[in-house]
Amino acid sequence: MTPVLELRDVSAGYGPFRALFGVTLQVGDGEAVALLGANGAGKTTVARVASGLVAPEDGTVHVGGEDLTGAAPYRFARAGVAHATEGRSVFSSLTVEENLRLSFRRALGSARVDEALGQAFDAFASLDRRRHQPAGTLSGGEQRMLSLARVLVESPPLLIADELSLGLAPIIVDEIYAQLARLHSEGTSLLIVEQHVSHALGLCDRVVMLEHGAVAWEGAPEQAGERVAERIFEHGGDG
Amino acid sequence: MLAVTFIEDVLRGVLQGLPPGAVYGLIAIGFVLAYKTSGVFNLAFGAQAYISAGLYFQARNEWGWSNLAAFVLAVVIVAPAIGLILERLIFRHLPPGSALAKLVIAIGLSVALPNLFELVVGFEPVAGRTPEGLLNGGATVFYDPTGLYAFSRDELTALTIAIVSGLALAALFRFTPIGLQMRAVVESPRMTELNGIRADRVSAFSWALSSAFAGLAGVLIAPRFNTLAAPDFFNLVVVAVAAAAIGKLVSIPRAVAGGLGLGVLIALIDTFLPRLSEAQEWIEPIQDNVTPAVPFIVLFALVTLWPALRRSQEQSDPLAGVDPPPPVPAASVRTPFLTILTAVFGVCFFLVVGVVVVTRADVSWLFLITQAVIMSTIYLSVTVLTGFAGQISLCQGAFAAIGGFTVFQLADRFGASVLVAAVVGGVIAATVSALLALPLVRLGRVWVAIATLAFAAFFDAVVVKLPFVGGGGTSLLQGTRVPRPVLGPLDFANDRLFLGLAIVVFLACAYTVTAIRSGTVGRTLAALRGSEVASESIGISPTRARVTAFAVSGFLAGLGGAMLSIQQENVNYASNFAPFAALFWLVLIVSLGARTVEGAAYSGASFSLMDPLIFKGALLGWILRSEERIPGIFPISPKWRFVLFGLTTITFAKHPEGLVEDGKRKAHARVERWRARVRERRQDAEVTA
Repeated sequence: MTPVLELRDVSAGYGPFRALFGVTLQVGDGEAVALLGANGAGKTTVARVASGLVAPEDGTVHVGGEDLTGAAPYRFARAGVAHATEGRSVFSSLTVEENLRLSFRRALGSARVDEALGQAFDAFASLDRRRHQPAGTLSGGEQRMLSLARVLVESPPLLIADELSLGLAPIIVDEIYAQLARLHSEGTSLLIVEQHVSHALGLCDRVVMLEHGAVAWEGAPEQAGERVAERIFEHGGDG
Repeated sequence: MLAVTFIEDVLRGVLQGLPPGAVYGLIAIGFVLAYKTSGVFNLAFGAQAYISAGLYFQARNEWGWSNLAAFVLAVVIVAPAIGLILERLIFRHLPPGSALAKLVIAIGLSVALPNLFELVVGFEPVAGRTPEGLLNGGATVFYDPTGLYAFSRDELTALTIAIVSGLALAALFRFTPIGLQMRAVVESPRMTELNGIRADRVSAFSWALSSAFAGLAGVLIAPRFNTLAAPDFFNLVVVAVAAAAIGKLVSIPRAVAGGLGLGVLIALIDTFLPRLSEAQEWIEPIQDNVTPAVPFIVLFALVTLWPALRRSQEQSDPLAGVDPPPPVPAASVRTPFLTILTAVFGVCFFLVVGVVVVTRADVSWLFLITQAVIMSTIYLSVTVLTGFAGQISLCQGAFAAIGGFTVFQLADRFGASVLVAAVVGGVIAATVSALLALPLVRLGRVWVAIATLAFAAFFDAVVVKLPFVGGGGTSLLQGTRVPRPVLGPLDFANDRLFLGLAIVVFLACAYTVTAIRSGTVGRTLAALRGSEVASESIGISPTRARVTAFAVSGFLAGLGGAMLSIQQENVNYASNFAPFAALFWLVLIVSLGARTVEGAAYSGASFSLMDPLIFKGALLGWILRSEERIPGIFPISPKWRFVLFGLTTITFAKHPEGLVEDGKRKAHARVERWRARVRERRQDAEVTA
């Protein structure tokens, strides 16, 4: 079966700085892959290459079998890749509702926008209370919920979730992971870049570990067990 | 009876103020539109408006086209086409959130576009003739529904279009998908693309729309002048920024209301001040100057005092981390061999130039070279403020003029020593600059630029006309005489001697600037430029560091301005220091290199010498060893100088350190590659041996 995402021998970086060296990675249809590694291992760059934000200097990127190497991010999005980026990933000057409308109108069509808004606010009631508030004034957790609400309603073929739990209270992290699990059970493939190793291992079908911009190990989470976490900590990062 | 007259006066003032208010409103709409949809503080808006107005005028009067055909060409075709070209060639490639780069490029375009238009179309600015409006009889048919003020057809057209388009554009942003997408793209094109939306197409639409509006505003505004020249439009933009600021640069209806309110306020002041001044004589000098200054006072007060504007942060793209980091200065990474090579080359070059100048240069070349050295001193003021502190000041011309006027006042009127007066001029400019900096240091960088622009316009409209500054009366036209200094046996009326003095002053200033860069102040400013929050967390005071930078910059500009006035034996305010002229200084030094002393020196040389050397063909004549062999295309119009440097600001986003620095880095890389090849060959030869 054609993988939802396939990176083949990808090298990439920022100007003179190279962050990835020949990374090969696949995410199968309906599969959840956890991407782990120490700080600076290249996890976020892999996520950015997989959504078109960073063009590879070498290698290829296929989405659903289509070669999108070097294509603009909107083509990745239209091919079914949703990317919840690290840090703030909402339009801070737009209201909560405008953030959702912007995405829903393109993904679902004008006729379904109101219905989709209802679903998003059902999933995250706290957002409903702040629907006319600029997204930049939301707390970190609410901003995460907003970016996730968009994805949950659209149910894209592939979700790349980059450090979704970063800096959030455990109760909110639990809620976010519950929603991710629901999304996965409905058939969305996941590529999870995460520092909370236990959460990621609990959800994923396979683990890929990066070291110094290259794939150092990959396998099933039960095979990896504590060894994965130990290896991460040995390299000075928190995952 | 008195009350009725008073109410009538008020109503008349309000009605009188609406037509100019509509003009301010129209430009403010365009300004807000550009800022809201592209994040560009578009000071080139006036230039775009001028092009459409000029083209409309040319098509109607020179080519004999009908109103409609001229309108379609100027507003419907050319104006959006300019916007599309600017977006495609320049703004699409800028990192989002780089407000400073966008501002600098817009300033560059405001200098380049009018000159490029005039060169391409063969249009000459019109003087002494009022351009025709959109409708026939626009200036001759009047409507007076109230019996208090007769509106011309042109005025009513502008008023109606300002109000209708203000409401229509507000609805576009509020209720349409494209309005939402335009706002999203300004904040982060990449995040918009992650939503599956083509950011480049949305951005192109935004630019076409705002540029079409600039064209429409230009055609509607032109009949208000009896000239058709680019500086008029630029000045009007500065006025309109005050109206746009009332809408916090984002609300179009508030910008229209701000424009109309400003027009009415000025008209009411015009109506009531003369009556007051009849009773109170002391009001008369205020009355003479206050009207043109109102928008600038309003703008400065809004920027510095309105908490909503003070708190407004420049939007940052959450995906800015995707962009590669800017390169470090070439001098900080070059090898000791290259440092020695550069120093040897520099010394040899200046020795050769010095010998040629002393032995061969005639009076006109001496004049230009001296001017180049003095302009380099003035440009050092930009090096400190923009290069080190990362602040854009658009009032360096005013500080330089303060130096010039101080020498004029102290030396010519009170017989003080010219050199002492020059230093005093620098000190006064430094004091004014530091005082100006106090309310600005906490503002975002774009707002600092706006506030300094307001100060420059205020200085131009009011301060230079005061007797104790510009001499009052007709001094500015007849000349503000400045004598050459005499120091013991040295009479600086001798041009070669004065060149020596200019070089000594420049070297002293350059040494000071270099010392500042490597000292505490320079490092503090570098830290603040990197991260203000992080700097404050380790105890750095942004206020002290930035006020110091402003004061030093003001001193250098004031001293340079004094030297320029002494050289020309006249302040020559309009040609040397007016806001539009000083804008070109910034464009030039930012293009070439605002972070280094070399950048300032190159800028001074380019300012004075490019025109005679390159555009008049003197350099080619020297190479060909005969002036007669210079090709017929010379002399090239000096307007190309403005086009060239205006357009090179485009490189600012990619090379914020300037073209000189970029060239140095590339030259260093070439030399290092060459040395590596030589080493390899030598090693190969040794292995073979």
